[in-house]
Amino acid sequence: MTDIPELTLAKLRDALRAKDVSAAEAAEAYLDRAEGASALNAFLRIDRERTMAAAKASDEKLARGEGGALEGVPLGIKDLFCTKDVETTAASRILQSFVPPYESTVTANLARDGAVSLGKLNLDEFAMGSSNETSAYGPVINPWRRTGKDDKLSPGGSSGGSSAAVAAHLCAGATATDTGGSIRQPAALTGTVGVKPTYGRCSRWGIVAFASSLDQAGPIARHVRDSAILLRSMAGHDPKDSTSINAPVPDFEAVLDRGVKGLKIGIPEEYRLDGMPEEIEALWRQGEAWLRDAGAEVREVSLPLTKYALPVYYIVAPAEASSNLARYDGVKYGMRIEDRDIQEMYAKTRAEGFGAEVQRRILIGTYVLSAGYYDAYYLRAQKVRKKIADEMNAVFEDVDLLLTPSAPSAAFGLGEKTDDPIQMYLNDVFTVTANLAGNPGISVPAGLDGQGLPLGLQLLARPMDEETMFRGAYALEQAAGFTARPGQWW
Amino acid sequence: MSEPRKLLKGATGDWEVVVGLEVHAQVSSVSKLFSGASTTYGAGPNENVSLVDAAMPGMLPVINEFCVEQAVRTGLGLNAEINKWSRFDRKNYFYPDLPQGYQISQYKDPIVGEGEIEVELDDGSTVMIGIERLHLEQDAGKSIHDLAPDASYVDLNRSGVALMEIVSKPDMRSAEEGAAYFSKLRTILRYLGTCDGNMDQGSMRADVNVSVRRPGEALGTRTETKNVNSIRFVRQVIDYEARRQIEVLEEGGTIDQETRLFDVKTGETRTMRSKEDAHDYRYFPDPDLLPLELPDDLIERVRASLPELPDQKKHRFMDDLGLSAYDASVLAMDKDKADYFEAVAEGHDGKLAANWVTTELFGVLNKQGLTIKESPVSAAQLGKLVGLIEDKTISGKIAKQVFEHMLTDDQGKDPADIVEARGLKQVTDTGAIESAVDEVIAANPDQVERVKEKPKALGWFVGQVMKATGGKANPQAVNEILRAKLGVE
Repeated sequence: MTDIPELTLAKLRDALRAKDVSAAEAAEAYLDRAEGASALNAFLRIDRERTMAAAKASDEKLARGEGGALEGVPLGIKDLFCTKDVETTAASRILQSFVPPYESTVTANLARDGAVSLGKLNLDEFAMGSSNETSAYGPVINPWRRTGKDDKLSPGGSSGGSSAAVAAHLCAGATATDTGGSIRQPAALTGTVGVKPTYGRCSRWGIVAFASSLDQAGPIARHVRDSAILLRSMAGHDPKDSTSINAPVPDFEAVLDRGVKGLKIGIPEEYRLDGMPEEIEALWRQGEAWLRDAGAEVREVSLPLTKYALPVYYIVAPAEASSNLARYDGVKYGMRIEDRDIQEMYAKTRAEGFGAEVQRRILIGTYVLSAGYYDAYYLRAQKVRKKIADEMNAVFEDVDLLLTPSAPSAAFGLGEKTDDPIQMYLNDVFTVTANLAGNPGISVPAGLDGQGLPLGLQLLARPMDEETMFRGAYALEQAAGFTARPGQWW
Repeated sequence: MSEPRKLLKGATGDWEVVVGLEVHAQVSSVSKLFSGASTTYGAGPNENVSLVDAAMPGMLPVINEFCVEQAVRTGLGLNAEINKWSRFDRKNYFYPDLPQGYQISQYKDPIVGEGEIEVELDDGSTVMIGIERLHLEQDAGKSIHDLAPDASYVDLNRSGVALMEIVSKPDMRSAEEGAAYFSKLRTILRYLGTCDGNMDQGSMRADVNVSVRRPGEALGTRTETKNVNSIRFVRQVIDYEARRQIEVLEEGGTIDQETRLFDVKTGETRTMRSKEDAHDYRYFPDPDLLPLELPDDLIERVRASLPELPDQKKHRFMDDLGLSAYDASVLAMDKDKADYFEAVAEGHDGKLAANWVTTELFGVLNKQGLTIKESPVSAAQLGKLVGLIEDKTISGKIAKQVFEHMLTDDQGKDPADIVEARGLKQVTDTGAIESAVDEVIAANPDQVERVKEKPKALGWFVGQVMKATGGKANPQAVNEILRAKLGVE
């Protein structure tokens, strides 16, 4: 009998269509794995009954020869996506027991195409973090361990539940979101593929907002093809999101094998950081060679403003977050600490409801927007952001893709960076520019470091040109032949 | 700087009051500014609330294009510059009836820029008042504190309703001008159909900025009195604030820049919060919304659909219909009255029609406390009555009798039928009038002698003949015949 969780998402989809396996079997197999992996703390909620009911509905459709592009495929859903009648917490105490009466557009699109939700995945609280340690419901544990070691590692963040669950085969694929690198960095740290599409490609409607001008939903999957399949279902214009782009969604899967022959690949010299592990540098060179061997033309490019991206991000994102999170005030839904004085009620609710990192960002955001500081911080950051985007667009006049490392390090130990926010923030150093400029980016697993941990390479593309990005990613994947996987210790 | 128009006498000399108004006008629209929820007035608590209005997690605003058009329409009606590029900002503050924790407004880049309107004063003169800007923003919900002793309730029906904030320049120099501006603004909005102007339903309210200064000096420190919701109260606030500030200054004190509240019962204002307590609203562009870019064809389409505005109407009434500035203004400044008048005047003499509407009809309406829409006499009926005067079927005097019947025992009847049925038709048959004249002359030989020396006594004969004919004789014919028979020039 087929070991369903071993199938790629694409093969599972085909097997479901061919009725080689049933959606119920697929759901059951993944539920068993997910339920058996509580040591990873990747899932916050699994609802077997609901999942099985959805799977059976899929089987009925498949039996009638109907069914969408993802009919019967079991997925994990980051708990930042509002799901109708299913508790949605953003991994925050303040939204504990919040049950939305509505479904996010992205998850509704997936359901429309027949995907079956296994449950909700852990994340950094309100997607603020790079290690999944800010979750109010405990950190997610990376299924990967250093060779011969058993200390717990972070799966990255904020989509750490998604990356860990995919890496550990607890779901065929997962939804995730990326504000500064929250899809690509955890994908890199878990040997999975993570896609941040062009800003506006996926609707933000129904996704708990962190920083509106940066947030984008995307998939994490084990293979480039799987991620291409997922993105096609997730994406699409949504009139309920004013920043959603009204453009047709291409069949990303169809372009994968078109190769990279003749494509121009830029290597931004500014991404070569002091103190970056030699192995990452070497893998980057290797990536260049793979693409060159596949027929691409590789050239050095310069993005001198890169060094400003992280500081700009840590002004813009907290500013927007400080305002976006004002609605969690204890008045309407979620947690409330009672007090007879309204100001006290607010203060107590928010002090208890938000974790330390969220509070830190609200404070930073409030500060940079306040009278007397707005011009020096927020306004200046917006101006620099514009220049960064202009610089990026200018480079894309000369090249089709940029190749960079995905993250400055492999997976790190739990607690290793929690005392130093700046160290933690540096995780986003390679990814954050794409959020500021709106470009799509993908992280592809490309090799292991000396300790047996996966490393990823990132490709960035022109806005709305995910097709070229997927072509490059598929070529990298083919060349890298990355087949390593974590041993099952949980 | 222009000469001070109006001065207030203080104990130590003259003062000039300077007034600016920020008027919040609810946009007439079926749904809210950023959600599809209804704006119907009078719904049960929290019945008109969408997920967006309640600021549920992950909800996003989508601009209501009709509200944008209404703002453009208003801008054009205020003779203002339309900004083709504008932007929405977030104004951040915590309050239970503000579910998002911020109000979406336009801070730096409003949809409408500078404009100007003509404002009529009581003495018939006019002043031009500048408009600084108009921007779109969301209304907040309503907190209700008096339903329970230990709890407050929140009604979000108004949360997200579209408001236009119309900011004047500090161009007003008296309570009368402030009230007249507010009133004129209301007239224009109602003409445009962009705000119903129902102040008792909160559709229109003003924040009144008042300062005083010695004539010719720089602007004084101003106070802002919030949420003033009638024309009369605007006048009271300005009067009170001007007097209060003059008193403070004359006693050597200073004016605090502060927000004040108006107490309807006492007619006084009192401190709400001082400048030190002012919020830091942390305005920044709302990242959920794209900048608002208006295509030229939208602006042109709205411009082409603009109705005739009160000032245009007023001048047309004066120029084309020969109305006095006063009558034209009284009629044009209220769209319902203007519509009524135009229906009466259709095909008739404008001045005569205006006289009947402003004097006879308005007199009755005022006495009975009715609006023009509740008039017991329709415009069509009144038009017919005017027509009967014009074609000399009845005299003006008889017309008043007919009008009286139209208001009472002959309501709804055609005036011609009333005249017919009551035998009020004017006698123009000279034979009939001549015999009446002959009778009067024959019966009053003394008067005949008198009139020859004193031609003014002719009036007495006219009265007698009219009396004899029951008022129905054509007064002009009576006059002519009398003059001929009595030999009076």
